[in-house]
This record gives sequence, structure tokens and C-alpha cells, in this order.
Amino acid sequence: MELTRRDTLVVGAGALAATALPFQAFAASHGGASETEMAFTGGAAAKMGGVTITAPEIAENGNTVPVSIDAPGAVSVALIAEGNPEPLTASVAFGPLAAAQNISMRIRLAKSQKVTAVAKMADGSFAKASTEIKVTIGGCGG
Amino acid sequence: MASGVKPRVKVPKSAAAGSAITIKTLISHKMESGRRKDKKTGELIPRSIINRFTCEFNGQSVVDIAMETSISTNPFFQFDATVPEAGEFKFTWYDDDGSVYEAAKKVKIA
Repeated sequence: MELTRRDTLVVGAGALAATALPFQAFAASHGGASETEMAFTGGAAAKMGGVTITAPEIAENGNTVPVSIDAPGAVSVALIAEGNPEPLTASVAFGPLAAAQNISMRIRLAKSQKVTAVAKMADGSFAKASTEIKVTIGGCGG
Repeated sequence: MASGVKPRVKVPKSAAAGSAITIKTLISHKMESGRRKDKKTGELIPRSIINRFTCEFNGQSVVDIAMETSISTNPFFQFDATVPEAGEFKFTWYDDDGSVYEAAKKVKIA
């Protein structure tokens, strides 16, 4: 078969659709894992559990919300606040001298939302945990 | 923003060899997210944040944090580090504008 310019375009579009479809189906079947989460895991699904996220239930001021993540055995963790204009808050890579895979930090939250910590384990699997935080006064200007 | 940036680090002066210690770091920085508006002119204030923080002990990494805009003003971090031998912790913050802020703390073996 001789490939004309038109044929090439059609084949290309078909291939693109074929790769896009399973990805969408995949995202839907995994409890709606967000794009930011997918970007961190490289499309792999993260299991619930194995990670602990500690944060106040109600944060009076969204400008500084203390959050700690404890992820034993993780090589890196990402903290994702889905309701923020830029959901990825920070990603932490633990080095050989990290005594425990935990980190505490203060973050901004634009509104009440679910905050998720996704951890990449040493064996390449992913684990995650989420918590709801209610915010009385939002951060991020606005 | 290179003015008024002051790193503060809390590290125990001495530790038993191989033990874990808790480190707290704080650096004064506005962490301008690029989403706030100037109240007088109505224009957006450009983004200016610290985008990376690293902690090393004798050249070996403890943590390496990529920071985004939703980190609070005056970024605070707390984490645990192992002290295998006497040496020095080196803390480095990287600003959007290219500035690098550094702090160092020596630890003795008790």
C-alpha cells in the first residue's frame, strides 16, 4: 500500500485516539485520580493506605495550614491540593540520610478541599492518603 | 527578592552516632504566588518564590524539596535525619530570581 499524505494523517489520528481512549477509561476506573496525581505517578494507580497525612480538620486561615506526611519506605512524596489554582504543592525526595520518611510543612489552601499525599515507594509502587480540610479564610490572594 | 531573607535552622548541637534527629527550618520570604493583585494599581504582582530547598549532611542528601506556589509565606519544614558521624548539615534555598540562600550547622557526636 502506498501511503499518501492523507492516509498518513488518518492513520496518525487513529493511533492518537487509540492511545487516548484507554487512558481516559483508566482514569475513570481508578476513582477519578486527578491529572496532577497521574503526572506524578506516570499513569500508575496509587493504592489507598500506607501513607499518613496529618492536618487540622478546620483551618482558620488558608494562608498557613500545617500539614505533615508520614510515608514509611517512600522515596518521594507529592502533596496535592486539588482545589488550588496550582494543585501540586510540593514534591519531596528523601535522600539516604533521611531517618524517617516524614515531612511537615505549611501550605496555602484557596478553599475547603481534599488534600492528597501520593508516595512513591522503593519498589516503584504508589500509595496515597487524603484528608478533608475546611478553610474559613482562603489563601492565594483572591 | 533578595532583601530581608533570613534562614533559621534548628539542629541539635550533638547527637549519638547513627541516631535520628529532628531538624526544623524556617526562612523569611514573601513567596509571592503571582496571583495577588496590587491594591493600588490593580496589576498582578509577579511570581517570586523559593522553588527548591535541599538539606545535605557531609554531601549526602537528606531531603530535596521542589516547592510550588502553594507553599506558605516564610516556608517552614520539619524532618528527621540520621547522623552517622560528626559533620555539617548544609541547607540551601533556591529563589526564582536566581538567588541562593545558605545555612550550615555543625553536629558533634555525643
